[in-house]
Amino acid sequence: MAVSMTRVPVREQEPLVRAKNFEEVCLGYSEEEAVAEAERCLHCAKPLCVQGCPVSINIPEFIQEVKNRDFKRAYDIINESSSLPAVCGRVCPQETQCEGKCILGKKGDPVSIGKLERFVADWASENGVAPAKTKEQRPERVAVIGSGPAGLTCAGDLAKMGYQVKIFEALHQAGGVLVYGIPQFRLPKDQVVAHEVENVKKLGVEIETDVVVGKSVTIDQLMDEEGFDAVFIGSGAGLPKFMGIPGEQANGVFSANEYLTRNNLMKAYLHYDTPIHAGSKVVVVGGGNVAMDAARTALRLGAETHIVYRRSEKELPARAEEVHHAKEEGIQFHLLNNPVEILVDDSGWVRGIRCIHMELGEPDESGRRSPVEIPGSEYEIEADTVIMSLGTSPNPLISSTTQGLDTDRRKCIVAEESNGATSRPGVFAGGDAVTGAATVILAMGAGKAAAAGIHEYLQKNKKH
Amino acid sequence: MFKIREARKLAEKIFFMEVEAPRVAKACQPGEFVIVRMDERGERIPLTICDYNREEGTISIVFQTVGASTERMACLKAGESFADVTGPLGNPSDFVHEDIETLQSKKMLFIAGGVGTAPVYPQVKWLHEHGIKADVIIGAKTKDLLILTKEMAAVSNYLYVATDDGSYGFKGLVTQVLEDLVKNQHKQYDHCVVIGPMIMMKFACLMTKSLDIPTTVSLNPIMVDGTGMCGACRVTVDGEVKFACVDGPEFDGHLVDFDQAMQRQQMYKTEEGRAMLKVTEGDTHHGGCGQCGGEA
Repeated sequence: MAVSMTRVPVREQEPLVRAKNFEEVCLGYSEEEAVAEAERCLHCAKPLCVQGCPVSINIPEFIQEVKNRDFKRAYDIINESSSLPAVCGRVCPQETQCEGKCILGKKGDPVSIGKLERFVADWASENGVAPAKTKEQRPERVAVIGSGPAGLTCAGDLAKMGYQVKIFEALHQAGGVLVYGIPQFRLPKDQVVAHEVENVKKLGVEIETDVVVGKSVTIDQLMDEEGFDAVFIGSGAGLPKFMGIPGEQANGVFSANEYLTRNNLMKAYLHYDTPIHAGSKVVVVGGGNVAMDAARTALRLGAETHIVYRRSEKELPARAEEVHHAKEEGIQFHLLNNPVEILVDDSGWVRGIRCIHMELGEPDESGRRSPVEIPGSEYEIEADTVIMSLGTSPNPLISSTTQGLDTDRRKCIVAEESNGATSRPGVFAGGDAVTGAATVILAMGAGKAAAAGIHEYLQKNKKH
Repeated sequence: MFKIREARKLAEKIFFMEVEAPRVAKACQPGEFVIVRMDERGERIPLTICDYNREEGTISIVFQTVGASTERMACLKAGESFADVTGPLGNPSDFVHEDIETLQSKKMLFIAGGVGTAPVYPQVKWLHEHGIKADVIIGAKTKDLLILTKEMAAVSNYLYVATDDGSYGFKGLVTQVLEDLVKNQHKQYDHCVVIGPMIMMKFACLMTKSLDIPTTVSLNPIMVDGTGMCGACRVTVDGEVKFACVDGPEFDGHLVDFDQAMQRQQMYKTEEGRAMLKVTEGDTHHGGCGQCGGEA
């Protein structure tokens, strides 16, 4: 039987329906759909998809088990490499990773690896299949700072090796960006994130929330007073950037972090006590996944929503799927446009944003063609809310309170890519705290590498 | 969970609570703050630490009911708990890092307005414990709204009290007391710390500027996470944007753009007002404390 060049389509909520709710957009594969899609996998002898995966999941093997309808076995195979499959199946940029390398993609659609991973993870969750605590326990204790993707992965891997792991989370809920940043409609909080966090706990990992390492306790205290033999820093890239244009301090101007945190972590959309200024006409500045998340959140809160991005569609850093979804839902894109001023009314509130048209010039250091202003092309967009989504920089709370921890000029912690080792013996780091804002899966890859690095370090420095 | 050891009303709408929070109690310094969240639905609320007991592992917080969450929080009793107490956050007051002998030679004046008396107290107490005697002016609208005057009297050098209506102490504003102290009583101060409502800090800073006294203020803008993540607390200081949570909360009072800060503080008034209405109507009431909505 010839392999179909077209993937089994995945069911989604209708754009105009989902634009008014916070339920998940993508509904995922049914069992029959998953098996049919799995049948398309050629089971390559040298699977390129695995090379494309930052945590090296044995993709052809798990897909083979989906074909066999042995979903438990498929889950176990994924679980050997990833602690967060239900998350990755939803938010990884598969098109540039595993699926980007799939041989079928040369002539048709690549295998829908992400959706299959999601199917397997959801099946496991629905059927009560969870990873089991490792029998053989090791005495060494590891502190993991931050419960986002890097921290959860590092903690999960170390617990699987039998180490005693405790995660310290600054916020009141575990999950990091999975909880405060990525909205419900892309990553359900209770069914998916809380469930994955519970699975990591089932491996034996302890989580203490409300601990701001660097303030509540220092890394030195964790090692000297609380008896941790090694530390992993996965504290993320927290501080939002602003443009520095006039009017940015006006009421109604928010960072995407604030807007999303109010809605996601603090559940403003469910009318918890934390308020959100939803806005009736919202302009989001930026073109990344976070910008799409903020825009689609504003839309769901009832606003007419616009995205202003200084480069062209091709350079949009957001995943193609997110841009596609945003457009379907009715978000208006103003590409090759850049804000020059936020317009403020007499009472100090935003009344609009003045933009200038841009054109693409020579490639800059990122390799993308840099946008150049077209003189005299300014115009105004009326708005009562502006959300700045320009990226984030690492939080200095840890680096400024830890002696001997080297940082680079961007205040990112310097760590070896291969094993997460920092300039301090026994202290490892990974994820956005090291790279600056990046993706969930790259943070997971770094957490995984650091877990291996910590294992090697602890074995070399055995006290017993 | 963070258990409440003691809870009492200090004045109309002002509440005191001693809470078990061992990590905060161990690490905190004067000038820092905590974020509390009473339960699943509650807001994350930044509050200054009024006192701490390192041996007991407790901190004391004082808050004024201003919105839905604080209104509900005021109903908590001893034995009940906060879902979350995070901290200490922000930076300690500058003098904590100063050489004690240099400090001892300095004449310090603290000006506290209303509930701002709470964050002033641990600073004056810390100085007192280090053998430094500071003068304090406490101001409030009326006698019934004065808090911590006894506690403050025990740790300050001279304590001056002013009420707007003259029901206790000097009749008038803290700025008038300050002017009188310097101009008529020829007191000299090397440094002034002002904590209170934004409008009071603004005018106190104008006065200290005219008197040429370097001044520190502690800002309490809108915050969500309190760790630098959301940027809601941004303030303009000397033309630069700062985050009160990680760069402050204390800043040079002569450089703060108070008008902008006051404007930003109004941002959620409507939303908060709405949420507060809900509380008084009992819609979101899950706490089982009975009559609190009626008290508001």
